[in-house]
Amino acid sequence: MNVGLEHYLIVSALLFALGLLGVITRRNLIVIYMSLELMLNSANLALVSFSRFNDNLNGQVMVFFIITVAAAEVAVGLALIVALYRKRQSAHVEDLTSMKY
Amino acid sequence: MATDILFYVLAALTLIFGALVVANPFSRNPVTSAMFLVLTIISMAGLFVLLHAFFLAAVQVLVYAGAVMVLFLFVIMLLDLKEEERRKIKLMGLVAGLISVGAIVAIFVRSLLATNPGKDLAEPKAVGDTATLGKMLFTNYLLPFEIVSILLLVAMVGVILLSKKDLK
Repeated sequence: MNVGLEHYLIVSALLFALGLLGVITRRNLIVIYMSLELMLNSANLALVSFSRFNDNLNGQVMVFFIITVAAAEVAVGLALIVALYRKRQSAHVEDLTSMKY
Repeated sequence: MATDILFYVLAALTLIFGALVVANPFSRNPVTSAMFLVLTIISMAGLFVLLHAFFLAAVQVLVYAGAVMVLFLFVIMLLDLKEEERRKIKLMGLVAGLISVGAIVAIFVRSLLATNPGKDLAEPKAVGDTATLGKMLFTNYLLPFEIVSILLLVAMVGVILLSKKDLK
């Protein structure tokens, strides 16, 4: 069977689901962050495959911007995690409940 | 067809490594997750090459597998995270997570089945090499390109401010 758009979309959907599962079930802030990167990457894969199969390069430019924004976001997020760790000595989401009640 | 076999191999590798990032049965060390995330990103760059997005494949390896993951590893080692001790997993959380992931997958599968994508498309010709993408970036997408550069500057200043010793 020829590999078409739907095959790439299925891979992208499964990868997104894996990332979501990681975000919801893992308890370590850094691993949660890596799962977020996984979800971003699955969106990139979907955009690139749409771009390829529609003969249109706009999707690839969008992916380029997404990668740039993701790099900036990772830098800011990791700086936040480091600042948080300095205050609390923990990177575990269950220890960070001061805004819960 | 060789490219079809390559697609299946790379897709399987991407999904297996992605699963090992999220839930590794042998190790709960964040460094292991980071290493498997690097492998996921590299096999996804292979998928990009199959989709003729050569520039993006290179950027994926350089920016993600290079810069971003080095940042992750730096922070993991800076925080000196020990092997995550096994806390009791809350059953409610696990059930809620599995239900929401199942719902998302169900929505994806339903919409894929309903729309039948890619059935009557012509043979694709778009090739994302550096020259073409660069021309687009500096003509149609010039304003977003400049805005992104300002975003990077803002992010850099913010990170420096956040990681100063006495946060005020």
